[in-house]
Amino acid sequence: MDKVQKLSSENGVVIFSKSTCCLSYAVHMLFQELGVIPYVHEIDRDPEGKEIEKALLRMGFNSPVPAVFISGELVGSTNEVMSLHLSGSLVRLLQPYRTLN
Amino acid sequence: MNSTSTQFVPSRRMGLCEPMPQVGMWNDYKENNCMHTSQPVILEVDSRFDNQSEDTSHGTVGPSNKYDQEENKPVDKVMRRLAQNREAARKCRLRKKAYVQQLENSKLRLMQLEQELERARHQGSYIGGGLDTGQLGYSGTTNPGIATFEMEYGHWVEEQNKKIADLRNALYSDIGDVELGIFVDGGMRHYFDLFAMKATAARADVFYLMSGTWKTSAEHFLSWIGGFRPSELLKVLMPHLEPLTEQRRLELSNLRQSCQQAEDALSQGLEKLHQILSETVADGQLGEGNYLPQISAAMEKLEAMVRFVGQADHLRQETLLQISRNLTTRQTARGLLALGEYFQRLRALSSLWASRPRGSA
Repeated sequence: MDKVQKLSSENGVVIFSKSTCCLSYAVHMLFQELGVIPYVHEIDRDPEGKEIEKALLRMGFNSPVPAVFISGELVGSTNEVMSLHLSGSLVRLLQPYRTLN
Repeated sequence: MNSTSTQFVPSRRMGLCEPMPQVGMWNDYKENNCMHTSQPVILEVDSRFDNQSEDTSHGTVGPSNKYDQEENKPVDKVMRRLAQNREAARKCRLRKKAYVQQLENSKLRLMQLEQELERARHQGSYIGGGLDTGQLGYSGTTNPGIATFEMEYGHWVEEQNKKIADLRNALYSDIGDVELGIFVDGGMRHYFDLFAMKATAARADVFYLMSGTWKTSAEHFLSWIGGFRPSELLKVLMPHLEPLTEQRRLELSNLRQSCQQAEDALSQGLEKLHQILSETVADGQLGEGNYLPQISAAMEKLEAMVRFVGQADHLRQETLLQISRNLTTRQTARGLLALGEYFQRLRALSSLWASRPRGSA
């Protein structure tokens, strides 16, 4: 969907989330720990939120949030982020966006 | 490792073997070896035997001056007698080994039964057999999903003990990597089976899973979101994976750091869930006696708990997979054995704790 594509291409690291979603918060905390400030888009606070949710589900997500995009590419949900991190690949993907120390 | 290194010389007291002739070199064995079931002694005997197995071979081809003490028996009769004795001793050692193995298994089984008994005593009323079921948090009904899980978990632990014993035997025998790999795969899959069982149980009652009553007390004390903490697991395993190349050691150390970071992130997420749950339940006017909207809203939050437990188990699974990817079959086998015995020790500790005399200082 346009908005998903738009936001994921405009920002290096995007997390689609909901204000009450604690797994999204966990992913957010992990990225911060790795020195990255992600762009977090809370779809429950977005009037177009329902559209975004449908689009994410169509993309193959079991649950719409958290949905993570890095460098415009779809990474996945919490499972994928954790697997990538344990294999050491997440840090590589995030390297261009590390600003914190 | 040659096969003789795991054999014992039998003790005459046990009556398991024929009496030995008064040949000098065997006397040492008789005095120093006796039947013990505790593991450390077994290891000691192993190393002692290793030293002396060389003596045995010297005995067969060496000079016959030792046997001059015998009453001038012809050498070939003595040699035949020695061969017979060696054979008898060998059979004896094998029988003794089998006996010790059986004793060890019985010991483990006994500890397990004691734990189950202890657990059954604590949870007797939960399974619906007690008088006070109404006072428990389950509205007096037995949750079949949980009853199933309890039963399956009991089987899982029994199966796990068997697998550990098999893995130990496989590692200390001479089998090749391909065969060893079968044991390793079996061991890994057994853990994955547990995670699948837990996922089903979480849908039945996630709080039961989080409460940890299905685990032994020591395991529960050390647990994190319904199971073991992956980074802690790595810390326990690493010394047993040596020798490691510098690269492997670095990879494992990075893996441990990644685990810790992932764990911290999930823990923070869970903290936030606590907060949100509390706020949801406390929302609105507290005291007017009407709270259906708040409770309904809170139900949704509780559903999120199921995802958290699932996420924690996923982390455990990924950690195990990642460990095996970085290691040889033999190293992974050693790791699995160390892990398996670590949990066995925790379960044994729980049993011992549960059976300690009460009211003592």
